[in-house]
Amino acid sequence: MAMTITEKILAAHAGRDAVVPGEIVRVPVDLALANDITAPLAIREFKRGGAKKVFDPDKVVLVPDHFAPNKDIMSAEQCKQMRDFARAMGIAHYYEIGRMGVEHALLPEEGLVRPGMVIIGADSHTCTYGAMGAFSTGMGSTDLAAAWITGWTWLKVPESMKFTVTGRMPRWVGGKDIILHILGKIGVDGARYRAMEFTGDAIRGLGLDGRLSMCNMAVEGGAKNGIIEADALVEDYLRGRTETAYVMHRSDDDANYVESLEIDVSGLEPQVARPHSPDNVAGVSDVGEVKIDQAFIGSCTNGRLTDLREAAAVLKGREVDPAVRLIVIPATQAVYAQAMREGLLEVFVEAGGAVSTPTCGPCLGGHMGVLAEGETAVATSNRNFIGRMGHTGSKVYLANPAVTAASAVLGRIASPAELNGRGGQ
Amino acid sequence: MTLKGKAWKFGDDVDTDLIIPARYLNTTDTEELARHCLEPVRPEWAGEVAPGDIIVAGRNFGCGSSREHAPIAIKGCGVAAVIAVSFARIFYRNAFNIGLPVVEAPEAAAAIAEGDTVEIVLEEGVVRRGEGGETFRFAPIPVFMMDLVREGGLIPWLQKEVKTER
Repeated sequence: MAMTITEKILAAHAGRDAVVPGEIVRVPVDLALANDITAPLAIREFKRGGAKKVFDPDKVVLVPDHFAPNKDIMSAEQCKQMRDFARAMGIAHYYEIGRMGVEHALLPEEGLVRPGMVIIGADSHTCTYGAMGAFSTGMGSTDLAAAWITGWTWLKVPESMKFTVTGRMPRWVGGKDIILHILGKIGVDGARYRAMEFTGDAIRGLGLDGRLSMCNMAVEGGAKNGIIEADALVEDYLRGRTETAYVMHRSDDDANYVESLEIDVSGLEPQVARPHSPDNVAGVSDVGEVKIDQAFIGSCTNGRLTDLREAAAVLKGREVDPAVRLIVIPATQAVYAQAMREGLLEVFVEAGGAVSTPTCGPCLGGHMGVLAEGETAVATSNRNFIGRMGHTGSKVYLANPAVTAASAVLGRIASPAELNGRGGQ
Repeated sequence: MTLKGKAWKFGDDVDTDLIIPARYLNTTDTEELARHCLEPVRPEWAGEVAPGDIIVAGRNFGCGSSREHAPIAIKGCGVAAVIAVSFARIFYRNAFNIGLPVVEAPEAAAAIAEGDTVEIVLEEGVVRRGEGGETFRFAPIPVFMMDLVREGGLIPWLQKEVKTER
């Protein structure tokens, strides 16, 4: 029977020849992730369930990234609970401050994500790993606790939507722009309960960082998972990162899709999601005059090396507008170190930006850049709901790293193309 | 299981940041989370809602983050159930996992007004508006999920299953 990548992974895990959308399958979990916000609840439920040990300590990952480094005493207590649990359970994949990163940037780097896996995480952006050909989806803390106890979870096989992305990508346009453009077309519930499968020559031509940004925001369309067929790029990335064998699935040519959309990116300009929804999308030139107070470059969506390079290319030799606070947060310690070696951090600091150790921090209005009433930010993160980054009277525009950097320089939402011939190196 | 309570109306795309803003996620205490439930939308609401009341909302209720603190805050306020046109999938799953029944009933969600008395018969898939008022149908809650509601969530259910297997 013809199947999609998503269906093939779930069938293989369920020990079946085939599965069809809508049926419920019970599958073994290859990796179960939680962070400092969701782990404390999961640990509580785990203990309430009377469990003494996790099903497999090597398949549990714990990352203190949301309110870490500890933003207040209560957050410190939550991080400590998680750290103590990791030690008590012998969980090796716990990442301490100074060695950690924003979870969805960190796990691929650590070689923990491989094609064909089933990954669940108590974080909605767990769908990021579909960029490496894995089935991965966000759940709540109780589901995580149940998986930690039993090693299994239940899933409804999702219908798949196919997005064929073609054309030559214009300068300053990347994975973030493609996914924002798609969200603008389908809406925040346009892929509810479904798998979003991305394919086409523009996807194959996209680097892994851009693919990760795309699958990361599948949840913003309501999707269960985002997925991209793993290719030589993913194999190259995994070389030296893992010794574990993996299976690369591809969708059959006659697989069933509930909907198929074709997108030509040749004429696409950088995209911006306006307040207060990730589907309120327009081309950057149609946003109009929007003054900003803060620009944030980072997060599990756009805090990777490619993102920092794009931002630095715009900021090199330029200065951040005096009325703007630029905050740059490399997503992981490895990204931070490499950005340092390449001189990117120097570019940010000399431009007048603030550079922080990895954290989710400002993306969810946690710390390191919370907005006051009436303030406006442009951010490379993934959500611009009311009050997402701070006061309910603040506003967030979502954009790619180059647009965010250009906006920081000009003090208003702007395309990097506007800076041509206006300083810089 | 029959639930009866006063309706509180909310709109479309009520996201988890609106249900419980991230700044309150430095605790797992149910009462503290309940105190701030839906605060950005209706700041006084957590103090007004009474045990047994029912939330009636539009499309895509609970979209956004996977924070289970969202259904916990709602249940912590004493809310007996949520009726909506549709739910975001992680929220839907989380709600049953903690024993909060949620019902996808688009016609009922559209017809019910704030303050109406609403009755839900979960196993039968029936929503009634007011005393002897209109009746709306929804796909009855599957047996497994009703078990979760009766046991108070996935973990108590799992414990019982383990005991039965032994």
